Amino acid sequence: MAITRRELISTVAKAGVPAAVAMTVGAGSLHAETESIPIPSAAVGLLYDASICIGCKACVSACSEANDTPADTRGDALHQAPSDLNDLTRNIIKLYKPEDGSPSSFVKRQCMHCLDPACAAGCPFQALHKDPETGIVSWTAEECIGCRYCTITCPYHVPRFQWKGFNPRVTKCELCSQRLEKGLEPGCSSVCPTGAVIFGPRTVLLSEAKRRIKKNPGRYYQERVYGETDNGGTQCLYLSRVSFEKLGLPELGPESVPARTLRWQRRLYQYFALPALLYVGLVQVIRQRLKGHEQEAHEREKETGLRAQL
Amino acid sequence: MSKHPTIAEHLEASGVSRRSFLQLCSMLMVTAPVGLALTGKKSVLQVAEAIGKTKRPSVIWLHFQDCTGCTETLLRTSAPDVAHLILDVISLDYHETLMAASGAQAEAALRSAIADNAGKYVLVVEGAIPTRDNGVYMELGGRPAVQVVREVAAQAGAVIAIGSCASWGGVPSADPNPTGAVGVDYVVSGKPIVNLPGCPPNPYNLLALVLEYVTMGRLPELDEFNRPKFAYERVIHENCPRRAHFDAGRFAAAFGDEGHRKGWCLYKLGCKGPITHAACATRHFNEIPGVWPIGIGAPCVGCTEKGVVWRMGTFETVPIHLATPPDTYPPIYSAAGGIKVGAAALVGAVAGAVGGATWVASQRFQSSAEAGVTRVNVDREHAEKLKASAAKPIDKPVFKPVSTPDDKKED
Repeated sequence: MAITRRELISTVAKAGVPAAVAMTVGAGSLHAETESIPIPSAAVGLLYDASICIGCKACVSACSEANDTPADTRGDALHQAPSDLNDLTRNIIKLYKPEDGSPSSFVKRQCMHCLDPACAAGCPFQALHKDPETGIVSWTAEECIGCRYCTITCPYHVPRFQWKGFNPRVTKCELCSQRLEKGLEPGCSSVCPTGAVIFGPRTVLLSEAKRRIKKNPGRYYQERVYGETDNGGTQCLYLSRVSFEKLGLPELGPESVPARTLRWQRRLYQYFALPALLYVGLVQVIRQRLKGHEQEAHEREKETGLRAQL
Repeated sequence: MSKHPTIAEHLEASGVSRRSFLQLCSMLMVTAPVGLALTGKKSVLQVAEAIGKTKRPSVIWLHFQDCTGCTETLLRTSAPDVAHLILDVISLDYHETLMAASGAQAEAALRSAIADNAGKYVLVVEGAIPTRDNGVYMELGGRPAVQVVREVAAQAGAVIAIGSCASWGGVPSADPNPTGAVGVDYVVSGKPIVNLPGCPPNPYNLLALVLEYVTMGRLPELDEFNRPKFAYERVIHENCPRRAHFDAGRFAAAFGDEGHRKGWCLYKLGCKGPITHAACATRHFNEIPGVWPIGIGAPCVGCTEKGVVWRMGTFETVPIHLATPPDTYPPIYSAAGGIKVGAAALVGAVAGAVGGATWVASQRFQSSAEAGVTRVNVDREHAEKLKASAAKPIDKPVFKPVSTPDDKKED
């Protein structure tokens, strides 16, 4: 069947009007969402200075011990040698070592305890939730349905699912809450021999990080603290000599992942314009197709003399 | 000089120099840097002063099923002076290997040693005690060993089981254990008993223990097997000088191979260091650095552990209870996992099954179309037949449904 010029113009006009309306409406709200993320009153976190870290991995062992998780010996029967964060590993030291001989760096990876955590935003049942006081993002077994959205939504790929086992859990760093309750600091920071990772209130850590930057001009990458504003701000802060992206910390911008998602989601549904547009478009397609069918049946009837039996 | 002089008085009388006594005290501090009230957080002079003020501890040393190796380790110091010094610090009142007396004289010496220091002396037991058949497999002066050890222990201040045999049976208790050999704590009760297992144990552990007992009046903290924690709290693996090779994955694969000659880790040759609690790695023998099994290239056999030595294969590797990170690092971005053969086969099988089922189903649909279920097709076939037969122009619609048996009946 052929679409006549008239029909085409008619369809475009019918579909185009709501679209134009939607675009106009949406454009207004595009930059509207810049709500500031509240910082928990007693936000605690870690400050990791990659330029001080000697890669001794004492924090890795201490983390296993503090959280009573067995050492991951699946890759190497004799050593605790996980290749990444996993169901048994909440804290890991990795090495960035470029082949061209330019400066290498260790990096400690664990949960960032974002001010606006994507894992909690993605969790349909608040199994992952942010403590309103300390800001620690933790997981509770009672709420979890095992959907693993948290493992996908986290921009740092931190929460990990226990794929093996009949009662799997989601594991991630919870800043050793069980130790904090006893007045102890987290396992990793308690054993660090060089002070590369220190624990404390976020405000104190931030001022300490800025003090280090000021004291050592030119030492740190971009002279900035990763996590001050990145991804809406995180409670675990990083200082490094090499670029953060090379250490596996993506440049996410000052807007948090959930905020960005929410902005686009709100825009999609604003005034119900885009769904309406979709509806109109679908109606048009169906109408065109119905017309085609009728025409075809009519032609066959003429050809065969038989009544169309659709 | 009084009958029970202090250690300082005795050393002075026997002409021991201040220098060599301070050297002994520093050895003790090396032996027990933590865990002993005597040596912890003190200077050498403070330790020397504390020891000097103390009366020489009376020690009664009994031999049972042993090889005298534990006595030898006490005497085989790097210099004869040190052995003399040790024997000057403690008053070894009865020791069957070292004393000249024998027979009835020896028996009398034992009785008088017990009577002189009843309730205060330290009983050191070397060797396992046979218990099978009422202990007939070993008798001293016509009395079974079990009876002797019970009698002497009854009046002791503390009992120290030196060596693996006295601690838990040792070699004599290895399968099939024909004499029913057991350790001291199996036959003696009601007395504080400290085990110093090892084959042999480091003599400074004994010295530190005895001096701690006499200067402080109490025994140090013990672990679940009654071993003093200052010497047996940690496994050899934790402080092994070859640990760096373990962490780097450099292992000797055979005796005399390149790795063995280079001093690499002996784990794969059956070293029991990772499960053996002892201080050998930090307190070597004969006061000479490196003089201990692993130091000379011999894998640890686990002589302090009841469940290891003579019960595990000599070259059998042991599990690592406390796995620690190696000296390698994972990269920032771990490589994505490849497709495994099994997964590929499974996906292929599922895809094949779905495809096959679709094909079979389509075949069935086709056959049902031929059977006339889908009318449109039949109409088309009919129309084509009409065309092919070049029939006259159709005057009126001809509709000829597929005849069924029922239709025929109606006709």
